[in-house]
Amino acid sequence: MMKKIVAFFFAGLIAAAVQAQEAPDALIKQVTEDVLEIVRNDRDIQSGNTQKAIDLVDKKVLPHFNFPHMTALALGKDWRKATPQQQQQLTAEFRTLLVRTYSNALTGYKNQKIVYKPFKMNAGETDVLVRTEVLQPGSKAVQLDYSLEKLESGWKVYDMTVAGISLVTNYRDQFAQEVRNGGIDGLVATVAAKNKSLEVNLVKAEKK
Amino acid sequence: MTKMSRGGEMSRCRRLLAGGALVLVFCGAALAEENQHDPYEGFNRSMFAINEVIDKFAAKPIAQGYDNVAPLPIKAATGNFFGNVGDLWVGSNNALQGKFGDAGIDLGRLLINSTIGIFGLFDVASEMGLEKHEEDFGQTMAVWGVGDGGYLFWPVIGPRTLRDTAGWFVDSYGDPVWRARPISSRNSMLTLRFVDIRASLLPADKVVEEAALDKYAYIRDAYLQRRRNQIFDGRPPRLDD
Repeated sequence: MMKKIVAFFFAGLIAAAVQAQEAPDALIKQVTEDVLEIVRNDRDIQSGNTQKAIDLVDKKVLPHFNFPHMTALALGKDWRKATPQQQQQLTAEFRTLLVRTYSNALTGYKNQKIVYKPFKMNAGETDVLVRTEVLQPGSKAVQLDYSLEKLESGWKVYDMTVAGISLVTNYRDQFAQEVRNGGIDGLVATVAAKNKSLEVNLVKAEKK
Repeated sequence: MTKMSRGGEMSRCRRLLAGGALVLVFCGAALAEENQHDPYEGFNRSMFAINEVIDKFAAKPIAQGYDNVAPLPIKAATGNFFGNVGDLWVGSNNALQGKFGDAGIDLGRLLINSTIGIFGLFDVASEMGLEKHEEDFGQTMAVWGVGDGGYLFWPVIGPRTLRDTAGWFVDSYGDPVWRARPISSRNSMLTLRFVDIRASLLPADKVVEEAALDKYAYIRDAYLQRRRNQIFDGRPPRLDD
């Protein structure tokens, strides 16, 4: 009897541990399906309500992204020259910009299907690539891959590539150019100004 | 006779462009710029500005009109048709790169889609699991070890490295659409294909406008990443940071 109880107890512990350490491919699949399910049933997002899409991304997608790492990747070797405060400011502004890009892509969703490629991972790996494909009628499938790393808080996405184009490293030359022109502070100011101009467009669009 | 002289004009035009590209190489070498990925940045930015105007007033409005008017099945059939026409050349390039299995798939696709797929209007082969490949002579040269020769931006044609510009000329010889006669049908088909491709890029416009700090640089770096991905057939080795 006692044995049974102990076994039951351990089984429960293991199940809980497995849930906390969800596999990266399962995580991508679950988040993608959750988000698309909401978009499919939301006429506002489908008709281009970016603000609503941003709220959805904020709630469902952001917790699974590691923005400081993304920002460091986009900035390259200048990241180490930045003060912690500059790093924080840049991360915040870059996050706003990326979330908007991603949210806008969501408003273009028209019943595309996502295919999850077979995923294999060696025990103890902490940096993986999860590969998916977006299928749409009448055009070629688009490759959509996620790079994830394992942190204490679970698996986090630090890069996304669409058709081989990294949404993060595609900023590297533009960031370097801004840093050459006006230092890290100049870069922060440029990204902030970009976000502000998009914000104005958004308000204008809503008034229409 | 008319056929001959038109052909002559074509190749003269191509030779001129190729010559222009060569001149550029020397200019670029003389004025090494800051960005190692973009030795001809000054020239490219002016071409980009010209293209922006062409796109804003001609290419984009026409593509939008096509996108609004044509129903989805027509657009899909158009894309499939041009895709099918290109599969023989895709297969040739796979063979030239030593990927004979892929070349066989391309040939199978061409046979199936041209027959069961009714002149390529339906992509039956993809539904049967024969995946469409993206190959061109620029990629073949890259696999053979030819360097990219620097990034270029051309009006209408868009971004191409020097190698891919040369590849594009070779592609146009291997492309049945360029060989279609009479010339008027060839031109209509080239135009329709251009409009179809431009229309397929419309959703990306907004993303680029909003995401880019510098649209020119954003498109350049996206093109270079995309080409690298194509050359390695979707599995490029990781770059060190």
